[in-house]
Amino acid sequence: MANVLHIVVCAGMAPDPLQTLEPTTGPNGPGIKNEMVLPAVLDPWAASALYEAASLAAKNPGSKVWLVSLGPKAKLQQVMMTVAQKVGFELVPVDGPIGGFPDAHATAAALADAIEAIPGLDRARLLVFGGWESATRGAGVTLQLVGERLGIVDQFQGVDQITLREDGSFEVLERVEGGKHQVSVCAGAPAVLGWATGNLPEPRNNPQVGMANMRTIMPALQKAKSVALEANGLKYVAVNLPRQQRETRVEKNLSAEEIAREIVEWIEKDNR
Amino acid sequence: MNSAAQTVEVDRQTMDVDIVCAGFGPATGGFLTTLTQAWSQNPADPAFESKVAPGMPLQVLCYERADDLAAGVSGVVTRAEGIRTSFPALDPAEVPMAAPIRQERVFYLLDPIGASRRSLTLRMGDFFLGLGKTLWVKDSAFELPWTPVFLHKHGGLVLSIGQFNQWVGSQLMASGLVQIWPGTPVSGPIFPEDPGGTKRAVAGLRLADQGVDKHGIPAEGYMPGMNVRAQLTVVGDGPVGAVGQRLDERFGLPAGHARREWALGMKFVIELPEDTALEAGTVWHTFGFPEPEIFGFLYVHPERLVSAGIFVPSWMGDPGRTVYRYLQHYIQHPLLWQHLKGGALRSWGAKSLEESGKHGEPFLAGDGFARIGEGSGSTNLLTGSGVDEAWTTGAQLGEAVLELLRAGKPFTQQNLSETYEKRRRASWVERGAREAENARNGFYGGFVRGLLGMGLAGLTGGRLSLAAHIPPAPKQIRRFGAYGKAGLKLREAAALAVADGRPLHDALMTARGWPEIPFDGRLLVTQQDALLMGGKVQAMPGFADHVLFLDRNRCIQCREKTCIAMCSGQALTLGDDGAPAFEREKCVHCGACLWNCAQSPDGERSNIEFVAGSGGLHSAEN
Ligand SMILES: Cc1cc2nc3c(=O)[nH]c(=O)nc-3n(C[C@H](O)[C@H](O)[C@H](O)COP(=O)(O)OP(=O)(O)OC[C@H]3O[C@@H](n4cnc5c(N)ncnc54)[C@H](O)[C@@H]3O)c2cc1C
Ligand code: SF4
Ligand code: SF4
Repeated sequence: MANVLHIVVCAGMAPDPLQTLEPTTGPNGPGIKNEMVLPAVLDPWAASALYEAASLAAKNPGSKVWLVSLGPKAKLQQVMMTVAQKVGFELVPVDGPIGGFPDAHATAAALADAIEAIPGLDRARLLVFGGWESATRGAGVTLQLVGERLGIVDQFQGVDQITLREDGSFEVLERVEGGKHQVSVCAGAPAVLGWATGNLPEPRNNPQVGMANMRTIMPALQKAKSVALEANGLKYVAVNLPRQQRETRVEKNLSAEEIAREIVEWIEKDNR
Repeated sequence: MNSAAQTVEVDRQTMDVDIVCAGFGPATGGFLTTLTQAWSQNPADPAFESKVAPGMPLQVLCYERADDLAAGVSGVVTRAEGIRTSFPALDPAEVPMAAPIRQERVFYLLDPIGASRRSLTLRMGDFFLGLGKTLWVKDSAFELPWTPVFLHKHGGLVLSIGQFNQWVGSQLMASGLVQIWPGTPVSGPIFPEDPGGTKRAVAGLRLADQGVDKHGIPAEGYMPGMNVRAQLTVVGDGPVGAVGQRLDERFGLPAGHARREWALGMKFVIELPEDTALEAGTVWHTFGFPEPEIFGFLYVHPERLVSAGIFVPSWMGDPGRTVYRYLQHYIQHPLLWQHLKGGALRSWGAKSLEESGKHGEPFLAGDGFARIGEGSGSTNLLTGSGVDEAWTTGAQLGEAVLELLRAGKPFTQQNLSETYEKRRRASWVERGAREAENARNGFYGGFVRGLLGMGLAGLTGGRLSLAAHIPPAPKQIRRFGAYGKAGLKLREAAALAVADGRPLHDALMTARGWPEIPFDGRLLVTQQDALLMGGKVQAMPGFADHVLFLDRNRCIQCREKTCIAMCSGQALTLGDDGAPAFEREKCVHCGACLWNCAQSPDGERSNIEFVAGSGGLHSAEN
């Protein structure tokens, strides 16, 4: 029974990256234009954490997965319609604002509170998962702060693999410079793991998993506690989206070398 | 082939539910809203106890093919009568991109370029209008002094179908009573054991296989599509849905009915310049340009967004039907361009419309199933309206189901016909469909005749209309002549296409005198670039191809290749063997290829099979 795990995955939502995203400045500071209108997805880094959690739980019978997510109820619900068909979990929704760039301390506090309030959660079995980054507003520190607040000192970031051992200890591969991994061994739970991409493909949609999840997701959403995120005096000076530029041309008679040269020139144009 | 692969019997999961729906458009939205509104008033009502899981509430599921509920495509301007009946307190401000209609105008567009194909009669008419240039014609457009009553959408709404569907979907999910699952194509109906093959019955839906290669052959992570067995199967999968198509194949259509009238609607969502004079709620209908047969629209949403689009009908005989390029010429017409110039393309989309109306109405119900929405022939081609009709047929089925549940009666053909069909026949949807039934007939005898016929039917409430023989869709496409002027143009275009590598149909437009598009990277962009904008097109791996060519030899020999010209996503291109090649990742599931085939294998159907597929456009604004 040493390996029964309680895995809590912290996953935010991001506007579907396939949409046209445009930054704007509103009364509460910078944000993304029409964010409520755009469909959202589970933050892709955190999604890999969720799939890893589910796979780990499946390999360790008796284990359980919770998904803690903060966002407006309507968005959470929309995202659940796609995520809930993938793997089994129990949702712990926190009804909060979306848009803008909230203070990571405030977000971490709300998430940590939600985790502490999960009934039956056993700290000795607790692994807190999340993305090591976010596709939209990665502060880069949220997950660490959650760990700090929960008093968990074993923290790993950029994780691509976890291998559990019989005695409850586990080996973690963390991404380091130069495309390499650092190997660490941790004595056991509790620990915080911020996932990179992991190694698992996106699971297929399974209608039965969806049905089972929804039985608990909808009541949880209806009861979701709402929080207001304090700005704590934080102000953003400027926000930029990664720049996208597109130029299309059909070329039939250029050699591959010439095309490559032109592309390099085009890219360099920006850096001059 | 996919359908063959899907019939291989494997270990399929089966699930039993009470009601299962295929497709989530306005029709299913209307159905589920009606059901849940009554149900949530008294969740403990024994009428809502599940038959398949006694002691549990009714199990109601809906599967939608697109990756998100907000990924639909439509105009939309709607009277919203049916929608308002369901939501009497509807405040348009609650639905993003919705606005009450403020102004409706109709314009006949002249051709300022001189490239459109106009008949002698039309040219004479244009000449006559031209004489009164300053008086009647402004910006190469003649405004009709009044909006014909059948086009009026007074008191209605301008909507984005994506936003509307998302809004309806989230209310339904919030009720906690039903589940809607996007990203889940339904491959077809399940038919009950029926040795005689005489019953009109459906036992549920089968979901598409996952983890297969493009031919549907099991590959890594194979997961056979589940059988979802249900007491009632609601078919609301729209004009080209796989479930509706399989039902028509199996049961045929009622005597004298055929599905031969189609159109492709393609639209841009454009952000207007900051100093725009266009007010939210403005609605313009146009006809006459870029070709006489092409109807167009401009609807203004709040926050400086506008939908501008065109409909290219099957009866436009030209095989070089290349809609994207036509749409680019359309928005550059002086009447529109003065407002759109300086704007930015936010999104783009395309979808087929099943325009046969009553001519193509299928059997509306059978044992264990009912059909609602456009796939059931509800779209009204006279008023150019499909959303409210679809919604209302769904709501009627919802009321019928409530009646049957409360009476404890099963969903048999007879019971559904006495409740759902009866309601539908007595409603404004049916009256409108009858008025519209023959309204478009005249177009099969030419554009001017068509307009006259439409006016006649519209103004007499359908009592008077022109007779016509409507040929099957493939026969509506003219053949390319090998010789003569058309042949010469074709050869010129082919030379142009070879010289600069562009698609043949695009080159054909240029050879015919249409000016090149002055790409600006903001509003006028290449079709390939449009695929990457405002909700890029993509397809989940692990699903089979959904566009299949029945007889490749026929394709190789086909001169017209209309499927390629018409393809909205440039997902069909000319393959090395001379037959079209299909790229799933670029397909927007518009369904145009289904009816844009010039070479029918049997005189009626096309050489393409369009089955259930995953992916498509991710836009939430269309
Ligand atoms: C460009 C354009 C402009 C239009 N303008 C107007 C307008 O101004 N006013 C108006 O009233 N109407 C307009 N229409 C028509 C209107 O959009 C349709 O009549 C209406 O959407 C029909 O609703 P429906 O629910 O029957 O079908 P749909 O809206 O087509 O919904 C069917 C749903 O089923 C899904 N589906 C299909 N196959 C499967 C499958 N195998 N498995 C699972 N799901 C599946 C589809 O993805 C889709 O979401 C326009 C249409 C277009 C294309
Ligand atoms: S499907 Fe084949 S036969 Fe039909 S138009 Fe395309 S190429 Fe021609
Ligand atoms: S291949 Fe896809 S995008 Fe092209 S016409 Fe067919 S359905 Fe539309």
